Amino acid sequence: MTIPRDYESIPGTYVYDAERGRLGYVLNMFCMSLNKAENRKSFKENEAKYLDRFALSAEQRRTVLERDWLGMLKVGGNIYYTIKIAFCDGLTFQDVAGMMSGVTKETYAKMMLAGGRSVQGNRYKDGTAPEATHG
Amino acid sequence: MAKIVAGIATSHVPAIGVAMDKGTTGTAYWQPLFKGYEPAREWLAKLAPDVAIIVYNDHACAFSLEIIPTFLIGVAGRFPIADEGFGPRPVPVVQGHPALAWHLAESLILDEFDMTIANEMPVDHGLTVPLSVTCGQPAAWPFPVIPLCVNVVQYPPPTGARCFKLGMAIRRAVERFDQDLRVVIYGTGGMSHQLQGERAGLINREFDLAFLDGMTRDPLALTRITHTEYMREAGSEGVEMVMWHVMRGALGDEVAEVYRHYHVPASNTAAGLMILETRGAA
Repeated sequence: MTIPRDYESIPGTYVYDAERGRLGYVLNMFCMSLNKAENRKSFKENEAKYLDRFALSAEQRRTVLERDWLGMLKVGGNIYYTIKIAFCDGLTFQDVAGMMSGVTKETYAKMMLAGGRSVQGNRYKDGTAPEATHG
Repeated sequence: MAKIVAGIATSHVPAIGVAMDKGTTGTAYWQPLFKGYEPAREWLAKLAPDVAIIVYNDHACAFSLEIIPTFLIGVAGRFPIADEGFGPRPVPVVQGHPALAWHLAESLILDEFDMTIANEMPVDHGLTVPLSVTCGQPAAWPFPVIPLCVNVVQYPPPTGARCFKLGMAIRRAVERFDQDLRVVIYGTGGMSHQLQGERAGLINREFDLAFLDGMTRDPLALTRITHTEYMREAGSEGVEMVMWHVMRGALGDEVAEVYRHYHVPASNTAAGLMILETRGAA
């Protein structure tokens, strides 16, 4: 019997569970290496060469090199780890959040100042459950 | 006998620490948040606890995915500040309280809470931002700290109910310690926020305010919130609020709310702060 993953009905959300953990372990451990200043330096000097140290899948490697933040989550990235690449680039959590949600930095910042993204209409993926029957 | 005299719940948003470290707390963006922290700092300075237990989560600093402790207690005499990927925060090294920490570790394990024990570990913003929020920028932190880490990075975190029971066990253990210490316990993280995916930026004020109310009105009802409900209603990272239950469980049945502050946004997050005193606290 498997554990029910009812959170998969939440839209735009990639819960770092066992399945994503199995997929993303190496990717996230690469990110972890960026906690060391000397590794950040090596990564910045030659990203492709630095990534050769880690057994990433081709798609994981692409997402890192192209800074496809949303793509990283889809191949097992955990935001607390992938954000370390963003820190290397001088970006903040808010910068990356804007890019993942597909809006400009300004639009995202404005949304947050106006109280954030509303939960209304964002509880369930289309068709998984009618909004009206819950909360 | 040692005694838990109060609980502090607070968000531990990294950007709050950055604003303090860079001296931007007076800007139009940050001022409303930091103004609300002032009464909490005054209250804590007046309380002058002997030691603090800070319940928080590490964010890929002390631990990676190599080994993932669900509950961990730091027993060291000092905890250096972690490099989280942009250099360590310029804040004082955190002094521990090995005697009480080891007592807690032994007591909790014998009370059936199977703690991981850390003799050495750096501490990240999860622990240092709550200190900054409540103590400001002193040359040295005003009290020793016992770090207590809860995994919320790899799903599943421990349940809210389990966290509450751990808090109850912490209270029993503290009360069996043979020195007269006045202890505060912090529950950190939250409130509603989502840092990842297309749904990043989610905030649920209604959920958060009900959660704050529930801390005094019906904390046991809050412990029944499922992980999926936290993630759906309060954002994927809102599940951090399970850590508040450790704090609340450690306070006993009768508490009084003495202060709260709620502000949106702190970067991507709804920042909440609440102070609860146990009945009969000094």
